[in-house]
Amino acid sequence: MSVARFWRETPRRYNLAGSRCAVCGNVYFPPRAVCPSCPHHRQSIEKMLPFQLSGAGEVISYTIVHEAAEGFEMQVPYVLALVKTVEGPVLTGQVVDIEPAEVGIGLKVRATFRKLREEGKAGVIHYGYKFSPVVEEELGRRPAGPRASVPSPTGGHEQARA
Amino acid sequence: MQAGIVSYGAYVPRYRITPAEIGRVWGTDGEAVGQGLGVRRKSVPAPDEDTITISTEALRTALVRGGIDPQQIGAVYVGSESHPYAVKPTATVVAQAVGATPNMTAADFEFACKAGTAAIQACLGLVGAGMIRYGIAIGTDTSQGAPGDALEYSASAGGAAFVIGTEHVIARVERTLSYTTDTPDFWRREGQRYPSHGGRFTGEPAYFRHVTECARRLFEASGTSPKDYAHVVFHQPNGKFPQRVGRQLGFSEEQMRYGLVTPSIGNTYSGAALIGLANVLDHAGPGERVLLIGYGSGAGSDAFDLETTEELASFDRNHGLPVQHYLDHGVEIPYAVYAKFRGKIHMGGS
Repeated sequence: MSVARFWRETPRRYNLAGSRCAVCGNVYFPPRAVCPSCPHHRQSIEKMLPFQLSGAGEVISYTIVHEAAEGFEMQVPYVLALVKTVEGPVLTGQVVDIEPAEVGIGLKVRATFRKLREEGKAGVIHYGYKFSPVVEEELGRRPAGPRASVPSPTGGHEQARA
Repeated sequence: MQAGIVSYGAYVPRYRITPAEIGRVWGTDGEAVGQGLGVRRKSVPAPDEDTITISTEALRTALVRGGIDPQQIGAVYVGSESHPYAVKPTATVVAQAVGATPNMTAADFEFACKAGTAAIQACLGLVGAGMIRYGIAIGTDTSQGAPGDALEYSASAGGAAFVIGTEHVIARVERTLSYTTDTPDFWRREGQRYPSHGGRFTGEPAYFRHVTECARRLFEASGTSPKDYAHVVFHQPNGKFPQRVGRQLGFSEEQMRYGLVTPSIGNTYSGAALIGLANVLDHAGPGERVLLIGYGSGAGSDAFDLETTEELASFDRNHGLPVQHYLDHGVEIPYAVYAKFRGKIHMGGS
């Protein structure tokens, strides 16, 4: 991806900058210039206001990636999820800081700031949002329990120390 | 209007490795090395974490806790010796990622392990002079020791962010002063991947001299002595040095209790003393005096005489995670995974 193209997307990738229709109140991510929900689309023109998502949401579907996309080889197997944000929009993003087997539908997550990829050793580094589970202390309950036997990116030797 | 800490946040990556596991690979008694250093585990960043992401996480927590409008931030300074770019400031990405840009100044600070405390001093000057409303000082590192080197048993990753200002101050800075000399105890030349150090030379003429001289000068200037402080935080390259210097200066275990975090997470370099301070603020009540003494190789010490205020009683610590969470939790990984995560495996290609 070119430096300029990524740079144009930094408000979205860094800060979840979306838009909200002042007519019907719907929130969109990525931001839209016209509201597709309003019966008369033209009414929403120039009424789409900047709106920043909080980053809080819930996994509504997910997949575990074993064949890495370029630049993600070090993280295999990793989780890619559809996250329904509390404001409404559904975002696709990686879920980190959790064993893949512990991810489930309904898992509460929050946006976290991570390195997305590097343009080789000398190129620019791209940053943006991923998701991480909301931990017990923040939520008052445990994340969704283990579901299936999936290899761990850390070799499966680890144990969380309580 | 006295300047001080308005809010704070800390972040430590999820993974841990034990000295025993590192020693297993290099054919040494790692457990004994760990005991000698006073380090039980050290934190390891995930492959998608670096000084920029850790700083951003810590600062986001601080801004939410303090209810700070990012557009009121006038300066963002990030102290680290592991900035991801040699040229392109960490502070620019961090400032953008918290929504503080563009009406602000930013810079990266570097002074081995005390770049974060140097950033606090710079912010105190700016807010004290009325030039800016809030200044952000961050100390973060993802440092590495050369494989098999003594440093590998302790060099870890983490950071803490502090909002410096004059309104709703939770900890006033009564005084800060520094002690700086040209002492080559630890360095990394341009282009070198791992740092070099002077072995035992890093002890007496470097860490101990600078920390004790700086503390002595602060006591003299403030008319205080160790008994006046409820908490003390030292730079902590390992678990042993800060405890020894604390005892030498006349502090008790109780005073050092919350400020010492290295035994559980390793040496986070620029983050070390600041995560210790964050842990003290997690536990302190109003009206408690805190002594913070950073140390950076090369060498220098920054001392801060702090006093918590009534504002701390109503301060919302519930956003983000307390430092204690990071001390108690973590996922242990074997050396091979650590080597993969830290880019120590030669993958071929360009």
